[in-house]
Amino acid sequence: MSEATSQKIPVTVLTGYLGAGKTTLLNRILSENHGKKYAVIVNEFGEIGIDNDLIIGADEEVFEMNNGCICCTVRGDLVRIMDGLMKRKGKFDAIIVETTGLADPAPVAQTFFVDEDVQKNARLDAVVTVADAKWLSDRLKDAPEAKNQIAFADVIVLNKTDLVTKGELAEVEARIRAINPYAKLHRAERCSVALADVLDRGAFDLDRILDIEPDFLNADDHDHDHDHHHDGHDHHHDHGHGLKHYHDEDMQSLSLKTDKPLDPNVFMPWLQNLVQVEGGKILRSKGILAFHDDDDRYVFQGVHMMLEGNHQRKWNDGERRESRLVFIGRELPEEAIRTGFESCIVS
Amino acid sequence: MKEFTPAPDSASIVSVTDRVKPVALGIGVISAHFLGDRAVFVGGEENVAFVDAKGEISKVAVHSGGILSAACDGKRLVMGGDDGKVVSLDAKGEVTLLATDPKRRWIDAVALHPDGAFAWSAGKFAFVKSGKQEEKSIEVPSTVGGLAFAPKGLRLAIAHYNGATLWFPNMAATAEFLPWAGSHLGVTFSPDNKFLVTTMHEAALHGWRLADNRHMRMTGYPGRVRSMSWSAGGKALATSGADTVILWPFASKDGPMGKEPAMLAPLQARVSVVACHPKNDIFAAGYSDGTVLMVRLEDGAEILVRRNGTPPVAALAWNAKGTLLAFADENGDGGLLEL
Repeated sequence: MSEATSQKIPVTVLTGYLGAGKTTLLNRILSENHGKKYAVIVNEFGEIGIDNDLIIGADEEVFEMNNGCICCTVRGDLVRIMDGLMKRKGKFDAIIVETTGLADPAPVAQTFFVDEDVQKNARLDAVVTVADAKWLSDRLKDAPEAKNQIAFADVIVLNKTDLVTKGELAEVEARIRAINPYAKLHRAERCSVALADVLDRGAFDLDRILDIEPDFLNADDHDHDHDHHHDGHDHHHDHGHGLKHYHDEDMQSLSLKTDKPLDPNVFMPWLQNLVQVEGGKILRSKGILAFHDDDDRYVFQGVHMMLEGNHQRKWNDGERRESRLVFIGRELPEEAIRTGFESCIVS
Repeated sequence: MKEFTPAPDSASIVSVTDRVKPVALGIGVISAHFLGDRAVFVGGEENVAFVDAKGEISKVAVHSGGILSAACDGKRLVMGGDDGKVVSLDAKGEVTLLATDPKRRWIDAVALHPDGAFAWSAGKFAFVKSGKQEEKSIEVPSTVGGLAFAPKGLRLAIAHYNGATLWFPNMAATAEFLPWAGSHLGVTFSPDNKFLVTTMHEAALHGWRLADNRHMRMTGYPGRVRSMSWSAGGKALATSGADTVILWPFASKDGPMGKEPAMLAPLQARVSVVACHPKNDIFAAGYSDGTVLMVRLEDGAEILVRRNGTPPVAALAWNAKGTLLAFADENGDGGLLEL
């Protein structure tokens, strides 16, 4: 991480549908003995009140940027609050932005992409979504906001797991994975997650976009293979092996991969054009790219139409020069994206 | 483009750096003003610092937290803080509490009227207190970005999202709304009361001719405009936001409509703050690299007041007579120049 990046104040966006347990998590973060001070931007002054921290009320005012980009919305109140907070630099170590249960995380994230002054002083660390294990499956059916929050997340705290059966838990996890297989998922009761799992994640740090493998391939598969030991009340024992696969009707992720080099002169315009045209549908995008005749890895990430990318480092000797891209979005034109990507490969 | 780094006594530019009395304020500074014959630097939190002609510093605590806004008329300095308080400071250094937000909301903006009335904002509400009258308030559609009193009459301009609202606090009539899409942050009336100009969240100004509400788009900045200052007599509006000082012509009845702005004092750094001399056609400009220049409007002739190589200049102010210039950078290293 460059020095400039590390001096920027990390900002964690805390989101989640009504009643999922955002405030519980927030209170846990604030009350734990971590020796850090937080500035917390909340919508409702409520049950939070830790003397040590700065609590700031926000209005969630979203406005469109006048730059011709329709999905380019930012949180105006956040721009103002960040400006005020920067006068008190040194009084806090990190910022947490709690959104309302019905909020779309995109304008919050985009504020950190487009606002020059905000960008100078702060960096988005991660979008953390708290989900209710009991009710999320229902909300994914009837509340587009809940689906957005899952799709957007870098970290998902699946809360209240003590209130559901193992089968219900498997189902809700599968539904989450159908939308966003890349977020780190942590099961919790009363938001009992290790703070290291939700804070200081560096999810938007280009240097840390190393691992864009689906999360459940790496970890979290510890108890999918012994459901047959259970009996009695578990109604879902009949599909206990592996994850049941759901397909979400409108929100999906799409992953592209090739070990052949890409032509930057074709790829860059293609990607730019793709996010220009389909940016409204694409919530998040990330990629690690191996370009033809280029010894450096190129990494990028995006939120809707906004992209940022950079040469990251040299490919290591013996490292597989594989390009990987991930898009999470709504009604993604999969075939067109796949064909477009293929055309960027140097033949 | 000029570079001031190589020779300290470069012949290419007149320098008065040796006549500047340096002041180490020891506080992060957000703005500078003059109260009586002393310069006052407003800190980012809690304190302001008076600096007298000898360069002696005395600090006064004004807020218990961040200081978010300040306005000064030479007799008093009104400030708003994140402690929900509006306070006033006079030339003797006495602090008076003017108002407290009942919900302890941030006081985002303040404004002062020549006759002593003052205004402040918290969230979507703007408040005016005039003499012995009851405090009056107005709710605008979204959070207030900036406040400015008109030079004549008790009329307040309130900048917010998608436009500005013009409000006569003492009149029953509904406030007038001047629409323009986008987020408006700062606001100022031209001294002749004919134009209203806002700074926007995007890198642009917007203006309205108040006689017919005709729009004036003032765009082309590489960065957000954070500082505006009217030249003596209101002939031009000097602005920050580019690597030159951009001056929009306001001498004619059409203002800058259809005209090009003047671009003076180019450097390889962004202009962070501007302050026009109160009487003569001169302005001072501070840059993101710490440079401070004095510039003549007529021909762009420059005098170096402070060399580069520090954090951005955050504050500039002239005293009312125009005989003293005060400046400070973000870290609180400043100076006083007597002309």
